[in-house]
Amino acid sequence: MAEERNSIVLQKLTGRFGSDVVATHSDFGDDTALVRRERIVEICTFLRDDPDLRFDFAMDLTGVDYLGEEPRFEVVYHLYSLEKKHRVRVKARVPEEDPVIDSVIPVWVGMDWFEREAYDMYGILFRGHPNLKRILLYEQFEGYPLRKDYPKARRQPTVGPQE
Amino acid sequence: MAVTRAKDGGPGFFTTRFEALLAWGRRFSIWPFTFATACCGIEVMGAFGTHYDIARFGAEVIRFSPRQADMLLVAGTINYKMAPVLQRIHDQMLEPKWVVAMGACASSGGFYNNYTVVQGIDKFLPVDIYIPGCPPIPEQIIDSIVLIQKMIDTGAPRARDRWPIKI
Repeated sequence: MAEERNSIVLQKLTGRFGSDVVATHSDFGDDTALVRRERIVEICTFLRDDPDLRFDFAMDLTGVDYLGEEPRFEVVYHLYSLEKKHRVRVKARVPEEDPVIDSVIPVWVGMDWFEREAYDMYGILFRGHPNLKRILLYEQFEGYPLRKDYPKARRQPTVGPQE
Repeated sequence: MAVTRAKDGGPGFFTTRFEALLAWGRRFSIWPFTFATACCGIEVMGAFGTHYDIARFGAEVIRFSPRQADMLLVAGTINYKMAPVLQRIHDQMLEPKWVVAMGACASSGGFYNNYTVVQGIDKFLPVDIYIPGCPPIPEQIIDSIVLIQKMIDTGAPRARDRWPIKI
């Protein structure tokens, strides 16, 4: 029954990757797949290249901090197909002690700055990223401000003019 | 050939102090440099426009080069990444110079009490005038220029002279 409710996107994804797709749901019409982080590049390449899926537009990439859960972090990919007019949300959990996930820049080159932002705010490292440094904050900033355990009242030192 | 004068009213001089003469010249030529980063900038445009017409107070020449400006009008939210830029612009201005923190954000950080917004530009700049409001009305910008004129007239010490503030 659950399989029938699933859209073609999730059916093809689970059919191809099996147990590497940990969980799926289509609540309120939003196709969502939780996948294992080790195969994220393979999964994204499949989503982009499969003739029935054609996810050619990577709309967004964000991080989520589930403080207290294990694994702690989550990377969320929002994908859209301009050709097929459908969407999917792909999520992958990343543990705190090893916050590394493969970069999807080889799949969608536009993910460059989104990955830098996720690194900037959450400290998630994207393996293979060509220029993984802070994008919104400045280099002297210490810590990752959108982590739930970042102190609300913490202030960074003011940096002076730089050459 | 004799020069004919239309008026002949006695001696053609008056006495004053040099400082007073200098202040008289300065007070009607305060050239502002606007550092507008947020909605306060819109009010600044209103104050500089024809309706409020800040030119009536001698501040009509908006200098977009800090080297030609006398007054730094910081209108908007300043975050930690922006602070070094603002600091450098202030360093480039020639003496004498005055700093105006316009609006809640520049004065105190406003409602942005978070990791990235400087809680008032007086954390790193000597601020002479604080304008309250979110955003302030153009009359308050005019008032800040009048206050600076009064400071020039009376020779009141600038914030720079008692900088940094020891608390």
